[in-house]
Amino acid sequence: MQELIKRAKELLADGTVARVLGWKIGDMPYNPEPAFFETAESLDKFVYNGFCGANLSKYMIEASKLEGKTLVCLKPCDSYSFNQLLTEHRVDRDKAYIIGVGCKGKLDIERIKKTGIKGIIAINGAEMTDACDTLAIDTIYGQKSCSYSDGMLERCHVCKGKEHKIYDELIGESRDTCDKERFAEVAKIEAMSPAEKFEFFKAELSKCIRCNACRNVCPACSCRKCVFDSTKFDSAQKANVDSFEEKMFHIIRAFHVAGRCTDCGECSRVCPQGIPLHLFNRKFIKDINEIYGEYVAGAEAGSRAPLVNFTTEDAEPSIVNERGSK
Amino acid sequence: MYKIAKENLASLFALINETNELYLPVEVAGQTNFAAYTADAKFDLDTLKTVKSPKDVFFPQSETLYTCNKEDNKLKITPEALVDAPFVVFGMKACDIKGIEVLDRVFLSDPVDSFYAARRANGIIVGLACHEPEESCFCKVFGVDCTEPAADVATWMIEGELYWKALTEKGEKLTEAVKSLLTDACEAKVEEERSAVKAIVEKLPYSNLSLEGWNGDVLTERFNDALWQELYKPCLACGTCTFVCPTCQCYDIKDYNTGNGVQRYRCWDSCMYSDFTMMAHGNNRNSQMQRFRQRFMHKLVYFPANNDGMYSCVGCGRCVDKCPASLNIVKVIKAFSEKGDK
Repeated sequence: MQELIKRAKELLADGTVARVLGWKIGDMPYNPEPAFFETAESLDKFVYNGFCGANLSKYMIEASKLEGKTLVCLKPCDSYSFNQLLTEHRVDRDKAYIIGVGCKGKLDIERIKKTGIKGIIAINGAEMTDACDTLAIDTIYGQKSCSYSDGMLERCHVCKGKEHKIYDELIGESRDTCDKERFAEVAKIEAMSPAEKFEFFKAELSKCIRCNACRNVCPACSCRKCVFDSTKFDSAQKANVDSFEEKMFHIIRAFHVAGRCTDCGECSRVCPQGIPLHLFNRKFIKDINEIYGEYVAGAEAGSRAPLVNFTTEDAEPSIVNERGSK
Repeated sequence: MYKIAKENLASLFALINETNELYLPVEVAGQTNFAAYTADAKFDLDTLKTVKSPKDVFFPQSETLYTCNKEDNKLKITPEALVDAPFVVFGMKACDIKGIEVLDRVFLSDPVDSFYAARRANGIIVGLACHEPEESCFCKVFGVDCTEPAADVATWMIEGELYWKALTEKGEKLTEAVKSLLTDACEAKVEEERSAVKAIVEKLPYSNLSLEGWNGDVLTERFNDALWQELYKPCLACGTCTFVCPTCQCYDIKDYNTGNGVQRYRCWDSCMYSDFTMMAHGNNRNSQMQRFRQRFMHKLVYFPANNDGMYSCVGCGRCVDKCPASLNIVKVIKAFSEKGDK
């Protein structure tokens, strides 16, 4: 982190960048917030540790409209989102100075708390210089511990890899955190009977409060005005008028980002009700891979996604029928 | 003072539900929220904070106000019936009950909101004292005593037993109705629990948060403060903070086209949303900075200005726990204090 701050100060001082987009230290051990830093002094509050899960690439849409370059810190998975935004002409490459930051897996405070730890005062073991295998947690109710892996976000257990797909320079080491099969959860749901599937999604989606956090955090949801925010639309963005709509919002959103979703996992990270929203997107990714061949959105800027491309080898529409009838 | 063993709570709930509709914290797909009782519902009194506050028992996220239908070329308007049967909300925490006090100020002031007033008149609140408050709690700052919920019945969960004390006439009546399941208890255990929890509250990191400088008289200077330009930046403009909040009371009224009629309904609104308070002439807050500022100015300045100094925050800490960008009211209060803008 010190190296990162030092480099950011240099780039600010020599005028390469006008501002730094990173994370600012929180008032709890686990709540740093995305922040813009414009002066060397303000960087005293810069932090980069295991709790910096927020994907900063979407903030670059607004930052691309500002004067001068923005230094943006991207983790390996964030770099896929940035590439996808480049592909969609939503961010300006010339306005970004990308520092690819190392990642040892990001933590999810909700998961840590689900292990029964409460009244957290301090957390040790989440700094980039730490081994990041165990978290020692001081609480009002005594000293607790949690394995780093148990506290990690779901997405880190199925990490796409340590490689940054776009960057100007790299700072910090990354490590492999992938210890689960990425499509295992999807396959489990595919194996359910239609009634079981319906029950599963009904229980999950009935929790939705239409806060739109999933949509607003999603780098693929970058429409300047979402159709659900339109006052001329017969649906509302802030309430489910019926149980049909409560399901449809998420299904429509999943269709809209199909082929563009990089599986960054932000939707599930931010959902206040813990709905595993990534499963919808991952189902589409799995289907695309199976029908059109492996495709990773955001692995390369400017790539043509199977759903917006045409090749003579493309699957015939009948395949949908065949797969659906299984 | 009475008590009942934790394992007999299922019978207690079944008994209450025989005569009153019952709402209580229920776990669905790993998350606990207030919901209507069903025999197979997985009730959960151990989770300190439900994701959403229980305010929607009194002020639902979405409710129909009236329905219009076309019948024989005539328009038929059917107003939605008001709640007219008593119901019980079991397990509300002291902060959430204080939240209802805030909502009362809005909905029971002239002109009285009849839908809300009917629910308040029929609702019987059984409060549950907090046992293990968490680091994001700061109810003490707003004068809330989490060890003694100001409800119709106050309860405490101590070592596998629920202690029960009626505090109002409504509470006495409910106690009579379920007395067959309660046994006598002495108050000493509860007093012991209360002082132990109060000692924990003192140790919570936000318990001594200073609200100095936040009142109804600082409107113009706070409104124009340049700090808002900094603070709002990470905000995603989602409605999480407003929808989990026990005091956020803004709503929108919309029409739902049913094909041959219209359902006029109201639903929670969020000042974070782009169409918040939009009128025919457009929107009077057209930037996210203005919308972000609105939320905190409302809670800490406008509300006290209009309600004898009462803040419309109760320190439940849900926004602290849930904001996707880790922003919250505590950070806003601290940012102004640090700036020396007291």
